[in-house]
Amino acid sequence: MNAIMSDSAINPQDITPQGAVAPSAAGIALEHVTKRFRTSKGQLYTALRDLTLSVAPGEFCAVVGPTGCGKSTTLGLISGLERPSAGEVYVMGNLVTDIDPRIGYVFQTDAVFPWKNVLKNIVAGPLFRGVPKAQAYERARDWIARVGLTGFEDRYPHQLSGGMRKRVALAQTLINEPQILLMDEPFSALDVQTRNLMGDELLQLWSASAASVVFVTHDLEEAIALADKVCVITAGPGTVKGIYPVDLPRPRNVAEIRFDPRFVELYQTIWEDLRSEVMISYERAKQR
Amino acid sequence: MNVLSNANHGLTPINTSDDVDAEVKSHNTRALRRRLAVNALRILLLVVIIGGWELGARLYVATNEAFGIDPFFWGQPSGVWAQLVTWVRDGTSQGPLWAQIAVTLEEAVIGFAIGVALGVVFGVVLGRNHFLADVLGPYIKAANSIPRVMLAPLFLIGFGLGMQSKVALAVVLVFFIVFFNAFQGVREVDRNLLANARILGASNRQLSTQVIIPSALSWILASLHVSFAFALVGAVVGEFIGGIQGVGLMVQVAGANFNANGVFAAIVILALVALVAEAFVTWLENRLVRWRPNQAADAML
Repeated sequence: MNAIMSDSAINPQDITPQGAVAPSAAGIALEHVTKRFRTSKGQLYTALRDLTLSVAPGEFCAVVGPTGCGKSTTLGLISGLERPSAGEVYVMGNLVTDIDPRIGYVFQTDAVFPWKNVLKNIVAGPLFRGVPKAQAYERARDWIARVGLTGFEDRYPHQLSGGMRKRVALAQTLINEPQILLMDEPFSALDVQTRNLMGDELLQLWSASAASVVFVTHDLEEAIALADKVCVITAGPGTVKGIYPVDLPRPRNVAEIRFDPRFVELYQTIWEDLRSEVMISYERAKQR
Repeated sequence: MNVLSNANHGLTPINTSDDVDAEVKSHNTRALRRRLAVNALRILLLVVIIGGWELGARLYVATNEAFGIDPFFWGQPSGVWAQLVTWVRDGTSQGPLWAQIAVTLEEAVIGFAIGVALGVVFGVVLGRNHFLADVLGPYIKAANSIPRVMLAPLFLIGFGLGMQSKVALAVVLVFFIVFFNAFQGVREVDRNLLANARILGASNRQLSTQVIIPSALSWILASLHVSFAFALVGAVVGEFIGGIQGVGLMVQVAGANFNANGVFAAIVILALVALVAEAFVTWLENRLVRWRPNQAADAML
């Protein structure tokens, strides 16, 4: 945590003139962002069109939308792995031009290193960033305990279950103490029970960290159960269709909150909005 | 039958632990029987081929060259064995047998090491640098299409009759195999893993050493099996064409003296050397990629 505090203490110097204009209060701000890709046939494909979205510091924002609406592309832009074709992306008031060290990214597919055991996977981030070895390992062991993997330090990823691999991925990302946490359908490959448990664990870890989260999912239930606000994206090219604050009390139990009458109400409202986009995307898929 | 015995003996529970034990046992005996059969047939095959060859050769002599296998041209197993015994006991015409094997092995190992190192370095560099790969691509393909054994006379002129020319030939043979595998291995690295490492904070160098090379390692190691055999080919062919020592020269001398048994005996020696080397590479592979779920290892055969 200390390392990050000192980071943000230095950063005001880096703030560009645009940074001052942009909502610098926001943890993440996407301003009229458009992203086009060149397809293999040489045509241009527009994944995002004029998308504007901001996430406050410490806010948990879930992004839902039909398949292929550019949800993952949004995360790519925030992380700095990709650049927008038009518009600007700000992270903590700074224009994103490269990978920001304050960002953590949990990928949809397994992205843990298969040739490193659990301990080495989790310690990788601090070691990449030049934390002294002893200190890095100490932190890694602490995180192993926090995600409940004690006793599995020497296992390789292929020896773990899907849920355990996700825990490794979470610890690997969170050990860097990111202030911005990007998650791309992180639990979509897990079975429903494990998924709920992982959701609870994520909420617990997040509440201790005060990071801004962008959580991409195609599952509206998961989105409402986890988030402070749900952002519905239109069928591609994606843009924001609606933003819904989720006023359910915390701490939440991911498996049980869906019986709350307010949850059902929210679900119905957002689903009204989402359904038409899902239908559009479905019709397109059929035509192909 | 079951119905009958049930009727005779009264009640028998369907799934007792005895049944499970019995099944495990019968499974084990079946596995054992299969293994025995495989080994027995392997030995039988060897006996039939060697025995047939020996019989054919003896028949040829017994029938006054009417039919059979002419041992003068094609050798005979007992003659090969006698040749091996002579070499082990009295040494070869160029000196003791172990010295010849040591020379060939040394050439092959040095050539192998240099070839692998160069192949990995070039493979990783060109694999990561698309621009350089595009520029050099056609030349590498052209160089690869040359039958590289043809370079042997050139190396003999350049490096002389000693060890260097053989090492050079082994290097050229090994390099391309390892290079193409390392190159492909680097290109096949999972993009998610790269993105993850970059976000976690990996520098360009850390990306190479901790993600790209470990990921390409299975490709590189797969190429080592083939490439050691090629290093041996390089050493032997080099000696064959112009050498003063080594197993290749033994083959050459035996051939020049119409000693078919000698040629076969040298082949047997080389095969043994290659088998030992293969076992070493497999051991190395298992050590280096211990993280991998156990696949491939037997499939390689």
